[in-house]
Amino acid sequence: MNCHEDIIEYMHDYLDEDITSEHQEILRSHLQTCSECREYFHEMKKAVALVQSTSHIKAPDDFTARVMAQLPKEKKQVGAKRWFKQHPLLTAASLFIVLMTGSVFSTYNEDQQFSVSKQPNLIVEGETVIVPEGKTVEGDIIVQNGDIRIEGQVDGDVTVINGQQYMAAAGNVTGQIEEIDQAFEWLWFKIKHTVKSIVYPEAGEKSGEEN
Amino acid sequence: MEALIKKRINQVLKGDQNAFGEIVELYKDKVFQLCFRMLGNRHEAEDLAQEAFVRAFVNIHSFKINMKFSTWLYRIATNLCIDRLRKKKPDYHLDAEVAGTEGLNMYSQIASDTLKPEEEVASLELQESIQAEITKLPEKYRSVIVLKYIEELSLKEISDILDLPVGTVKTRIHRGREALRKQLRHF
Repeated sequence: MNCHEDIIEYMHDYLDEDITSEHQEILRSHLQTCSECREYFHEMKKAVALVQSTSHIKAPDDFTARVMAQLPKEKKQVGAKRWFKQHPLLTAASLFIVLMTGSVFSTYNEDQQFSVSKQPNLIVEGETVIVPEGKTVEGDIIVQNGDIRIEGQVDGDVTVINGQQYMAAAGNVTGQIEEIDQAFEWLWFKIKHTVKSIVYPEAGEKSGEEN
Repeated sequence: MEALIKKRINQVLKGDQNAFGEIVELYKDKVFQLCFRMLGNRHEAEDLAQEAFVRAFVNIHSFKINMKFSTWLYRIATNLCIDRLRKKKPDYHLDAEVAGTEGLNMYSQIASDTLKPEEEVASLELQESIQAEITKLPEKYRSVIVLKYIEELSLKEISDILDLPVGTVKTRIHRGREALRKQLRHF
């Protein structure tokens, strides 16, 4: 190409529709005089037209179906969400269990101190609870983190959590005696106790606890 | 159009796969066309166009909602095509003459599977020859030429898709046009 590179640059600018009117004028007048450039310009426009003429082809009919078949399975998160929506009762039940367990455990942690059910006639020595000889305690006794020595009579159940019970020869308990050491037994006891107090509210009220 | 797409994308983000099906319907021809012109092979183009949509779906959370969706989608498709072209540096050249023959190159050995029978028109042969010439372009010119003249995108959009400055896109279009001029002058 003998002509200035400028002219070819203007041709490209023209085809990019990004030419100043000044340059366009220069290009136009040059093309009128230079047949070589005219031929060059024509070839370039023809090349573009040929490329543009390639008919617009379409994707195959089953294209979308095949893409959809290749998609990864829906995320578990979404699946779980949907499951929760479809099983509201089970969701509520499992939520209840989670919250229940949480609250029971938190009470377990709070209850690490010595405590005993408040009953008349009970004597407390350090961390040992004594049912004195000849006296009768009416109602249940629950001792936490301490021992109990029974020398008298208990009209009810005795439960010892994280402690031991000593029964004197004269001691007598009309209800059950239970020793609970481990967290899970304690948990089971707590659940039983809670259920009991829900089912028989008056029984729960009777045995007011004191830390 | 963009508003509709954005609505569908939000549905996809919430886990609705069917909404993605609508997006595929809207863009399948454009993406397929892009891949076909880049690769020059219908079968490979279908493979890669599908792959582009699957990738778009998997990475939909990384799509920035203020961006143009088509730009993002074309970028995925273009990158896939470029990767494919770089991987399979041809071990034989289509232009090379088949041994023991005269004037018979590899083009004549390829079954013409590029167009469906119902699309057969008088200019079919011409169409194929033009596609062959596009396929001859070096990959970096081919992508800009296809995006500009087949997909009819603006320089700015092409620069966004290829992640190149507008100036570079312009230069590549000029070089690509020069190459095409030489290749197509005798048509």
